[in-house]
Amino acid sequence: MLMRFSRKQIVLLIGVMLVGVSLASPVALADAGDALAMDQTGVTSAEQLGGLIEAFVFYFVAGATVVCALGVCFTKNIVRMAVWLFGALASVAVLYFLLAANFLGAIQLIVYAGGTLVLLIFGVMLTSKSPWARFEPSKWETVLAIFVCGALLAGLCMVLCSATWPGVEGTVPGVSVEAIGRKLLSVYVVPFEIAGVLLMIVLVGAAHMARQEQD
Amino acid sequence: MLTIGLTHYLIVAAVLFCTGLFTMITKRNAIGILIGVELVLNSANVNLVAFDRYLGSERMDGQIVALFAIVLAAAEAALAVGICINVYKNLATIDVDSASQLQG
Repeated sequence: MLMRFSRKQIVLLIGVMLVGVSLASPVALADAGDALAMDQTGVTSAEQLGGLIEAFVFYFVAGATVVCALGVCFTKNIVRMAVWLFGALASVAVLYFLLAANFLGAIQLIVYAGGTLVLLIFGVMLTSKSPWARFEPSKWETVLAIFVCGALLAGLCMVLCSATWPGVEGTVPGVSVEAIGRKLLSVYVVPFEIAGVLLMIVLVGAAHMARQEQD
Repeated sequence: MLTIGLTHYLIVAAVLFCTGLFTMITKRNAIGILIGVELVLNSANVNLVAFDRYLGSERMDGQIVALFAIVLAAAEAALAVGICINVYKNLATIDVDSASQLQG
């Protein structure tokens, strides 16, 4: 049983990597051809190489994110759902790094993948008689949910692909952690303090609710 | 398609949102619904950071709002797991359809 489980996981991991590479490689090849064609237009080859690597990494990570999110959707087992969620959260952290939000990527890894996910797994372990417990929705509910979510996704993609955003020429340079800290303690100091008080109240309340009451 | 732009990130966020919504609809386990909520919150954060990167003029407001969203998501997860444990103690299951005492 244990052997079969681990082999299945390896197959899944290879599948994720293959999907990422297959998504990325045609684009990378097309990008290379485009880069050769653009040699006369004055773009330096270092910038081209940087763009190429960024595109490759983006398509790989985006493919991994999508596969992990679909894994969360279609897994019946709650523990495996948590493992797929870890993959999705880590991929989103890499997306943050690609968006030059280094501090946020680190926070995502520490708070989400490190803290929230462990909390969820503790919740799973404390609230089921066996970790393999499952509750099934009825078949027509699943079909209806696939229809609704698919329609929503198609609509969103159509709108996003046809939308034009004001002022999209390039990207702004990444900001330093120091700048974020200064902004957080000057402009955003009231939400910062409110968030601190809220965290304390929530942790006391959660501890009180989950307490073993002996009455 | 060749250079990565705002739309690419927004489409990834849309996929994350729809998978999170699907998870919330189809799962009967309360922790499973919580996992769906986490996916939806992540898609909102990706949107915030992408708009900050491509449309913000060095103001980093999007990143800071995403930071607050992460803090609130952590608080929400802690509280929701506490509620789930309480429900499990009272009903011996966390099937969300069985917690219906407050229904009229």
